Amino acid sequence: MKTLENQQLSQPKITRITPKEWLQQNLFSTWYNSLLTIVLLAGISWGIYGFFKWAIAVAEWEVIKVNLPLFMVGRYPKDQYWRIWLIVGIISSFAGLSWGVIGRKAATLFTIPVLIVLGIISAISLLIPGAVPFKLLLILMVGLVVGNGWIGKQLGNKITTLGRWLSFGWFIAFLLILWLMLGGLGIKSVSTNDWGGLMLTIFMAVVSIFLSFPLGVLLALGRQSTLPVIKIFSIAYIEIFRGLPLISILFMGQIMIPLFLPEGMRPDRVLRAILGLTLFSSAYLAENVRGGLQSVPRGQIEAAKALGLNTPLVLALIVLPQALKVAIPSIVGQFISLFQDTTLLAIVGLVELLGMSRSILAQPQFLGDYAEVYLFNGILFWIICYAMSLGSRQLEKKLNTGH
Amino acid sequence: MVDQKNQKIPIWRDERFWRIALQVLAVVIFVGIAALLIGNLNRNLAQQGNNLGFGFLKNEAGFSISETLISYKPKDPYSQVLLAGLVNSLRVMILGIIFTTIVGILAGIASFSENWLLRQLNRIYVEVVRNTPLLLQLFFWYFVVFFSLPKPENKIELLGSIFMSKRGIAIPWPANTVTVWLGLLVLGMGGVVAVFIWRWRNQLMTEKAQSGQPQLIALIMMAIVSILIIIFALGWQAPKALATGGTEGGLNLTLELSALLVGLVFYTGAFIAEIVRAGIQSVPKGQWEAAKSLGLKSGLVIRLVIFPQALRVMIPSLNSQYMNLAKNSSLAIAIGYPDLYAVSNTTYNQTGRPVEVFILIMAAYLSINLIISLSMNLLNKTVQIKER
Repeated sequence: MKTLENQQLSQPKITRITPKEWLQQNLFSTWYNSLLTIVLLAGISWGIYGFFKWAIAVAEWEVIKVNLPLFMVGRYPKDQYWRIWLIVGIISSFAGLSWGVIGRKAATLFTIPVLIVLGIISAISLLIPGAVPFKLLLILMVGLVVGNGWIGKQLGNKITTLGRWLSFGWFIAFLLILWLMLGGLGIKSVSTNDWGGLMLTIFMAVVSIFLSFPLGVLLALGRQSTLPVIKIFSIAYIEIFRGLPLISILFMGQIMIPLFLPEGMRPDRVLRAILGLTLFSSAYLAENVRGGLQSVPRGQIEAAKALGLNTPLVLALIVLPQALKVAIPSIVGQFISLFQDTTLLAIVGLVELLGMSRSILAQPQFLGDYAEVYLFNGILFWIICYAMSLGSRQLEKKLNTGH
Repeated sequence: MVDQKNQKIPIWRDERFWRIALQVLAVVIFVGIAALLIGNLNRNLAQQGNNLGFGFLKNEAGFSISETLISYKPKDPYSQVLLAGLVNSLRVMILGIIFTTIVGILAGIASFSENWLLRQLNRIYVEVVRNTPLLLQLFFWYFVVFFSLPKPENKIELLGSIFMSKRGIAIPWPANTVTVWLGLLVLGMGGVVAVFIWRWRNQLMTEKAQSGQPQLIALIMMAIVSILIIIFALGWQAPKALATGGTEGGLNLTLELSALLVGLVFYTGAFIAEIVRAGIQSVPKGQWEAAKSLGLKSGLVIRLVIFPQALRVMIPSLNSQYMNLAKNSSLAIAIGYPDLYAVSNTTYNQTGRPVEVFILIMAAYLSINLIISLSMNLLNKTVQIKER
């Protein structure tokens, strides 16, 4: 008995690994591991050395500096840039507000990782080449996010229904942004042919995912339906669009949609692209939502029916809220891949970020600056997509109400 | 008992009625939209003076393509050029699926390495590739990596038999002679026999507790013979450098094909690496411990215990990755490799027949995906747990 007590009382041995032990365990545990480490180290240092040599001595960063506005907003008229800034301002404010409202229960919004991210963003805003007012505007945007985050937290604690109004607010904001981008009604109108760069990429991805959402949910429900005709239609749609390469659907969108419409009705190029992306991504979204639907236990449906709810109400009140919550991470994943897939529009002739880069590279003075431009593109895409996937992981943790 | 008449439900609350009504409604809406669209299509096509029909496939194509595996000349009809494109597409898909599986499995296993540096490198690879668009990566491989190869006059030479220049990458390849095909036939038959011997050996070992030594020796002998056949009887032709700067003999891979293949392989490989990682992680830890306590070495643990179980989780996701690779190969058009989609695009531009061309594209890609899906399902059936 005594020995047992002693064992229970004895503290677990605290293992603190010295740097030397860490090296031994992780890099030099066996002879082949040591060999691998040395080879990898040599390779990495050779790569880093080569990269810096290139970046400092060979690369012509002029192409990025000169064309920064083109990369960001395409051929949007220069005297109308204030509208873009206003749009970024609206988005930052609403993002901050939503962040504050969602995180209203947390002790503090500004945890250490958040502060680090904000610091990095501010530092980047200050360090990128450009005019001083431009930098100040970027800092202002960060300020808007932070300020509205604080306001959102305070208001969210006082008015508990604010969360519901927020999505309505986003919708109004979207209409406002659309008006600011297109113009008309008192401000100079800008043709969609002048839209381009990162702005067009983000616009098309966001609009397509939102348009494909209702379609995707309907298709997913149709696929799960017990009505054979509806099931067959849904399956046929989903499987055909999932089996085709996106580029062929975009090609169809650009060339065949006008053929299928009455004469004289020829939608705008950007609209046709959005239509193609929507048709494509709704099929994938339907599969994501179906995953969510399948995760809802049958008992939930039976219980709801036993309470006397009819099928539409069962779906709307019981099944979909649970299914969509499960499906959110994969929907975010779908959005990330849609965001990357918008680059394919460069092939059908739209000047989104990659298309813009290609037309810049075709200019004689920037001929051959492929590495610089594509590296810049890659970094932009990487930052945005990585941030979104980090965000979705956080969301997943928050939504996880499992026991 | 309540009277039967009082129990009659009004029609709008009868679920049987709604079931039929909804389906009829769906059919009506579908037919209506289809009729409207097709009516518009016919009117628009009539205005352009075109009728639907595949007769144009017999017309002379008149354009040349940069590479083809089957014989094709600009004088040949459109059907021939589309076939050449299909063969080019299949070439990329098959090679791509083989190499991407290798890269993906290696990268997936590397994430379990004891070496910290290798694990980090692997994570960087996966995160970079998955968070940037494939088209951008293809442009990068083509314009930045492969286009920076030197001119044919001062080409890079590796081991005296691989040449890399702007004109392509020349690698040793068997010459197209009768002995080569004979050698391949022998190798194929030997492979089938080897599989049977292997099964027989396993059966003898498990059921009759024999050592399986003679069978093992036979297998080793067969392996040695086949290696000898591969090295000597296939008549490998190393490319020879010519004074003009080009190369002769061997197999010359164009820059377009190389860039497309490398881009697709590394892109899909990163996704497969994650699938392999998830698959291996899904095997309970107890399986590792049990296998190790039985005295198996870690290589054997992975091969005999972990991998067969992980494969069951992996195959459905692998299937969709292979299908993605097949579909993504259509991005070849962006870097000028004449695959099916690129060739159809030119066909459409020349004939002005988008609908027919699109139907052909649809049929081709859907059947390719169906084939991949069916073969993966077949594989899935063979690896599923065989419960008694």
